[in-house]
Amino acid sequence: MTFTSQIIPESPDFAQNREAMLACVDALRALEARPVMLSEKRRERMHARGQLTPRERLAQLLDPGMPFLQLHSMAGYLCDTDDPETSVPGSSVILGIGFVAGTRALIWVDDAGIKAGAMGARSVDAVLSAQELALRQKLPVVHLVESAGADLMQYKVENWAFGGKTFHNLARLSAAGIPTIAVLHGPSTAGGAYMPGMSDYVIGVKKNGLAALAGAALVHAATGEKANDRELGGSEMHATTSGLVEYLAEDDAHAIEMARQVMRDLHWNKSLPPDPRQAFDEPVLNPETLAGTVPVNYRTPYDVHEVAARIVDGSRLNDFKPGYGAATVCMKGAINGIAVGLIGNNGPIDPDGATKAAQFIQLCGASDTPLIFLSNTTGFMVGTQYEQAGMIKHGSKMIQAVSNVDVPRITLYIGASFGAGNYGMSGFPYDPDFLFAWPNAMTGVMGGEQAAGTMEMVARATAKRQGREVDEDRLAQQSKALTELFDRQHTAFYTSGRCLDHGIIDPRDTRKVLGFCLETCLEARRRSVKPNSFGVSRF
Amino acid sequence: MALSSVLIANRGEIACRIIRSAKAQGLRAIAVYSDADTDAPHVGLADEAVRIGPGPVGESYLRSDVIIEAALTTSAEAIHPGYGFLSENASFARAVEEAGLVFVGPSPAAIEAMGNKAEAKRLMIAAGVPCVPGYEGEDQSDATLAEKARDIGFPVMVKAAAGGGGRGMRLVSNASGIADAISLARSEAENAFVSGELIIEKAIVEPRHVEIQVFADAHGNVIHLGERDCSVQRRHQKVVEEAPCPIMTPELRARMGQAAVDAARAVDYRGAGTVEFLLEASGAFYFLEMNTRLQVEHPVTELVTGLDLVALQFAVAGGAPLPFSQEDVTLKGHAIEARLYAEDPANGYLPDTGRIDLWHPASGPGIRVDAGVSTGQEVSPYYDAMLAKIIAYGETRDVARARLIRAVEDSVLLGVKTNSAFLRDVLMHPDFADGAATTAILDQAYPDGFQEAEITRAELALAAAILGRGDQLAAFSTSAYVSSNQLGWTSVPMKPADVTLVAGGVEHVVSLLCQGEIWQVGFGEGEAVLPVRIVLVDDVNIRALVGGQTIDAVVHLDGDRVSLGIKARRLVVSRARAGGEGSGAGAGGNVIAPMPGLVLEVGVSAGAQVAKGDALAILEAMKMQHQLRAPFDGKVLAVHISKGSQIAAGDVMIELEEES
Repeated sequence: MTFTSQIIPESPDFAQNREAMLACVDALRALEARPVMLSEKRRERMHARGQLTPRERLAQLLDPGMPFLQLHSMAGYLCDTDDPETSVPGSSVILGIGFVAGTRALIWVDDAGIKAGAMGARSVDAVLSAQELALRQKLPVVHLVESAGADLMQYKVENWAFGGKTFHNLARLSAAGIPTIAVLHGPSTAGGAYMPGMSDYVIGVKKNGLAALAGAALVHAATGEKANDRELGGSEMHATTSGLVEYLAEDDAHAIEMARQVMRDLHWNKSLPPDPRQAFDEPVLNPETLAGTVPVNYRTPYDVHEVAARIVDGSRLNDFKPGYGAATVCMKGAINGIAVGLIGNNGPIDPDGATKAAQFIQLCGASDTPLIFLSNTTGFMVGTQYEQAGMIKHGSKMIQAVSNVDVPRITLYIGASFGAGNYGMSGFPYDPDFLFAWPNAMTGVMGGEQAAGTMEMVARATAKRQGREVDEDRLAQQSKALTELFDRQHTAFYTSGRCLDHGIIDPRDTRKVLGFCLETCLEARRRSVKPNSFGVSRF
Repeated sequence: MALSSVLIANRGEIACRIIRSAKAQGLRAIAVYSDADTDAPHVGLADEAVRIGPGPVGESYLRSDVIIEAALTTSAEAIHPGYGFLSENASFARAVEEAGLVFVGPSPAAIEAMGNKAEAKRLMIAAGVPCVPGYEGEDQSDATLAEKARDIGFPVMVKAAAGGGGRGMRLVSNASGIADAISLARSEAENAFVSGELIIEKAIVEPRHVEIQVFADAHGNVIHLGERDCSVQRRHQKVVEEAPCPIMTPELRARMGQAAVDAARAVDYRGAGTVEFLLEASGAFYFLEMNTRLQVEHPVTELVTGLDLVALQFAVAGGAPLPFSQEDVTLKGHAIEARLYAEDPANGYLPDTGRIDLWHPASGPGIRVDAGVSTGQEVSPYYDAMLAKIIAYGETRDVARARLIRAVEDSVLLGVKTNSAFLRDVLMHPDFADGAATTAILDQAYPDGFQEAEITRAELALAAAILGRGDQLAAFSTSAYVSSNQLGWTSVPMKPADVTLVAGGVEHVVSLLCQGEIWQVGFGEGEAVLPVRIVLVDDVNIRALVGGQTIDAVVHLDGDRVSLGIKARRLVVSRARAGGEGSGAGAGGNVIAPMPGLVLEVGVSAGAQVAKGDALAILEAMKMQHQLRAPFDGKVLAVHISKGSQIAAGDVMIELEEES
């Protein structure tokens, strides 16, 4: 059953595909580097204050050599400005899943090097998404806090409204029995004061850590009191007087050691049953060659088996009903020794493909087998023949199966993911456990050309009905504008900037990412937590 | 009658060595041990073991009564004293014999005769054995001694008549130093050997220390087994010994051998003994002393003669005649021994103690390691710091020396400081390599003492990688459901973590980043980044690629501390973590009343400088007296309490300012 590849790594096609894909990866890495470089400019000043930079804190927090999966690294891209050359992705937060004292945890670091950690354009979306993920995957949360709070210059009422859900989620996490740890490296004021307030464990750094409902300036404006920030909310005060801070640290590095100790003391994995997996082998086809195997342009067809075979253990695939609804490919395989069902597309989803996929999803649900969606579809098939064959009815079954199956679902946007086909293939609105995009991926209701073509046809039909001449110039302009409107919003970078996925990955990392996500889901589902009604309060 | 059981009144490597031969000869071997040696290797190796007292030697290994009692209780026929401890104690030997036991060694009279240097010298002169010109008269007045020193001619040695091991021994180069030397040597002698009797000898400048192994039976047969050159000494303690002597000739050996045999006959010697000589470059030699016991360095003689000297001791002690004659003794090849000490050669050979984290002796063709230690054992301050002897044999001296260098490198002892690097350096020294070493070699080679090279970047990088990998594997084993193929992977490029390492008391900050199987270790902005890949691992051995360099190392990792053996270098690198000493919640510099109470005492006033841990005040509360101490070094800003004041919990008692 080991898949036999038809790809010739020495061919010009492969070289061309690889070059194009690596250019996409370079673009991704260049965008990821923007917030890093911007934040780095504050390094000297933070060091002068005796602080570590946010990324230095992250490096100290994480176990060395353990895996780390960053989330929402593109958050806010093209939201702060329309200019792709100057837009800074990241929205002033560093989010990811990593290991602290051997414990898989959701890591949330305020990027205080950028606008003093003030909330960026999509910070709220990214943070809420990460918190939902922590709740679902039962991940303890470690938040390294240093944030100026809302960016008053960019005030948006919805950020205030939805931002409040951050604290709501902390309450839900605590009630669900999932610990939250906050380290006050710097200020956490106004609404942000509820960040430590709602966390189970708070570590405050002397001299810099600050939590207050209102800082000295706002207090003076509101009540006329001439207050002092340290007395209002310094870590020292909270550790001795208000009782908000459990552990008082000398400096950033000390605080992070304390956070690691708090995590260690949880013995978070004590109730987990032993890993049920057997030994497994790596793919015969090197995942590295995913760059080169896949054409970057979604219009060029290719066999999705070639992708799946570069992801699964031993490159072993077992095709499910290969002769029926052949364009919708359902396969069994394993990743890191975890048996999975994989669904991919070798063309639009037709009625046979939809029913096959719906059945396959149900079977995986019945056998508790996680599902991987390799989404590359221009949609459900259209046309009289297909409508009459019950495309809507059959497509609905697939969407229903995807919506309600209770096994882990991990979706990858590996090419096109258009229209309702995106829904059937477990797109973002269908709440997959994890969803990542390749940098070449395109998503949307339809392609820009189809949209422009549709609207052009409507315009011509209307003109004909009204018996007037078609203004070709205007129509061409409209088509061009429409194509641009769609195409601009299609790209993985744009959609990821709006937090419509969990992030963009290097296609060559696909097996690593899937392995990481599957192991996270497996761990969560085998973990018993101790929920309570109200969450743990600080008295 | 041949012996069938023996109690070994010793410990460490020599006890192990004797037990091995005893068992090989079919003897039941009985060990004795102090409380500090409960788990020592010689205890496990013996057929039986008897506790003889607490750790200090005066309460255990020097307790002749307890040891004889132990031999009687276990029905031992004989007692082997080893070396040191009671081995040259005539009254012990006599007590053993009086208890009806066999003393594996010479008669008490022979021990006594050779134990007193002055008497021994008089005997040797009478027997025609060449002696160093000197004074060993009964007139011990300072004036006479000084006068005799002038008569002999400087430089002279002032020695304790009852001495040994370098104690009570002083070199005097001119007349002005003689008075002080006599008084110092006398007080040392009185302290160490009870007797303050001194002898004066002509100092032989830059001689070799060459000693002859003799063996005598109870039937009047006395032979010698050739010589050992023990010129490499520090403070009169041997460090490296070899057989044969590199400049020995058959003619000289015959003469020295005959002198040694004569010496032994003069005291009616029995068993194994060593006659020490000073050998001048001219070929002239002088009697130094006779050691009436088995020597530490006996293995080099065993390797070139093919004999088991301990087995021979048992045979002779059992009354058997020597099974061969002088003509049968042939010397073949070359053997060199190096003594592994728990000490810091770079710090005046200061002995070190502590837990042996790892002991991994060398092995291979021509290699013999006599050790009395094991992994996990404590090196206590009670006993000699010599832990093991590393011995190499070769058909030629060059082969033996090359093998020994390798064996010193490969015999890795971690946990306490050792002289491995020093030994290797000595063995590599051109004078030693040429066979030209005299007793002056160490002073000439290391006039300012031995200094080991500082830790290199490659070594630091390797240590950082091992510590990082240790953390990684600790996290990996704690974590659940993580596949090993995930290790070292991150979805985005990460910033390295700064790590503070401490080596030899010096802090080094390096950056550490794991990328797959590579640990990138950086040395600061604009400085090198060394990639480290650990490619081969068993329990203790690793092979690592550091930059372009391959490093083989023996490793002991204990949390944030790694000990490394790299060739003959022994390194300890620790990771310092923030808040390592731990600090609880406190409110800056204020000393706050932990509970309501009465102030009994105030120890400071405003403006005073305090050191961390200084007592500031005593508070009585709930019938307990609480000492309030300074949490750091600093200055007292204000004192808000006085003796007798009643205070409430949370009151600020004293304000301090931390020194920055």
